[in-house]
Amino acid sequence: MAKRIDVSDLNVYYGDFKAVEDVTMTIEPRSVTAFIGSSGCGKSTFLRTLNRMHEVTPGARVQGKVMLDNLDVYDPSVDPVAVRREIGMVFQRANPFPTMSIYDNVIAGAKLNNQRMSKRRADEIVERSLRDANLWEEVKDRLHKPGAGLSGGQQQRLCIARATAVEPAVLLMDEPCSALDPISTLAIEDLIAKLKENYTIVIVTHNMQQAARVSDRTAFFNLAGTGQPGRLIEMGDTNKIFTKPDQKETENYITGRFG
Amino acid sequence: MTTTTQRTASGSSGEGPRTENQGFYTRQLPKYFPAALLAICAVVVSAVFALLGAFHPVPVAVVAALLYLVAITVSSAVIENSRRAKDRLVTGIVYCCFAIAVVPLVSLLSTVVVYGLERFNLYFLSVSMNGVIPSMDAGGVYHAIVGTLVITGLATLISVPIGLMTAIYVVEYGRGRLKQAITFFVDVMTGIPSIVAGLFVVALWMMVFGPGQTNGLAGAVALSVLMIPVVVRSSEEMLRLVPNELREASYALGVPKWLTIVKVVLPTAVAGLTTGIILALARVIGETAPLILTAGMASTRIQANPLDGDMMTLPVFIYQQVGNLGLSAEAGAYAEERAWAAALTLILVVMLLFLTARLVSRFFSPNSRG
Repeated sequence: MAKRIDVSDLNVYYGDFKAVEDVTMTIEPRSVTAFIGSSGCGKSTFLRTLNRMHEVTPGARVQGKVMLDNLDVYDPSVDPVAVRREIGMVFQRANPFPTMSIYDNVIAGAKLNNQRMSKRRADEIVERSLRDANLWEEVKDRLHKPGAGLSGGQQQRLCIARATAVEPAVLLMDEPCSALDPISTLAIEDLIAKLKENYTIVIVTHNMQQAARVSDRTAFFNLAGTGQPGRLIEMGDTNKIFTKPDQKETENYITGRFG
Repeated sequence: MTTTTQRTASGSSGEGPRTENQGFYTRQLPKYFPAALLAICAVVVSAVFALLGAFHPVPVAVVAALLYLVAITVSSAVIENSRRAKDRLVTGIVYCCFAIAVVPLVSLLSTVVVYGLERFNLYFLSVSMNGVIPSMDAGGVYHAIVGTLVITGLATLISVPIGLMTAIYVVEYGRGRLKQAITFFVDVMTGIPSIVAGLFVVALWMMVFGPGQTNGLAGAVALSVLMIPVVVRSSEEMLRLVPNELREASYALGVPKWLTIVKVVLPTAVAGLTTGIILALARVIGETAPLILTAGMASTRIQANPLDGDMMTLPVFIYQQVGNLGLSAEAGAYAEERAWAAALTLILVVMLLFLTARLVSRFFSPNSRG
């Protein structure tokens, strides 16, 4: 069920401001692709264009092509809601729905869409998703307590469970560990390694060790200068990017000799 | 606090560091000092006024407060230091301002309760003024309570959907000029004098139903003209408080925008929305002028049909009874009692609404407790 994403000549704008310029890349299925680069270089913006979350921001628009297997994501007759069902997302800050219990948070995708399902089926989905997210053992006795009562790391894993419960083809993660302690981060990295068997995973991270640990392929983004759009500098196997990158810029960033 | 005072006062232990850190130490007035000083001021001033034979609580309180402010500043400046003295002076002034703000409120409530209780009983709450002539020691507000509940209830039914949906449009969908125009006109509507809202409905009813038509529905429409902008404003604030992350979380699950609003945004904001609506309701429940124009003053019987002619409400009832004060000594006395008792009833109704608002917001608010 994991799908390939092909991006060609993508430009992203906020109003008149061009935030990301001319990105072409392929994201392989059943693998983890990491986006690295300095703050403000457009990694997150680019990530959000992949499931059309970008256009939720007023004035935001996109030029170019994003293919999900053979579906043109930006075809005018494609419903962004349907795209987002195929491409799930986990955000930087854990955002469980405060009005819902842990159980309801996990099946929120179905519940909010008014999908009917039997109690047994819902129980199954909740248990499977929470097990996938390495959270089941910690919360199985308090499934009907509010999700906001969990710790930060647990909340983030709850959000991952919520995203996988709708069985998307692709999972986008926007700095999912940046607000977490090392132990929770480790739990989520283990989780990512496990999830890549079934999903296409794209992760934005500021932590280069994390990119090196979890990803199969790495893409490096950078700005040409202040006020300039961000560009994809180089993309390749994580090993290669971190050991002998083709571009000088990438090497400078990786080794910390930036600019 | 006390230990610090003692240590600073005795100043025996550790002379070395004390002299070294001279600038850090200061003598302190004991904790009970301000209260004691205030009590002394009050006693002294009352005694002086009593000796002069002009004791009256208001001037005594004012003079005692002024004396206290002077005394605390001076004693603090002498014993402590000038920064502490300023602090104590300003603290005193702030407390005085608080007292000045609270006095009218307490006085109003106590007056209404004291005068209102004379006639406030089950009989008064359960009968109407039907067949009661002003000089009779009888009659009650049941019809006015019914009228108030029906009219404000209808006003809420009209205002809440319109107000809430306007707020949803402005916060979730609105862009550009239309949004600006709506925001602007809502602001303008907030400032409409209530009598103008009444006149607007009178004119509307005149056009639609012909002259001389007053009924409860007209009153409800007039009140909703006043209520809608308040509901829009408060709901807007509440919807803006819902974090954008929750909307995005919902979108990312493939939930359409309208379902996100219905099932994520509104439930998250429901406590605030309810409180805002009840506050708006409490604001219009005491409106008198538009109701006199639209719902009339002639009704004395119990009726719950908003289309069946004049309808009495609590504020209009109070106004009417006050209008009867000059009739005769006897009738005037009864009318006064009825007016106070009706005022007490109105305040109780409003307090009940506020209490409900509190309970609702506590019950619905999302929390992390199990």
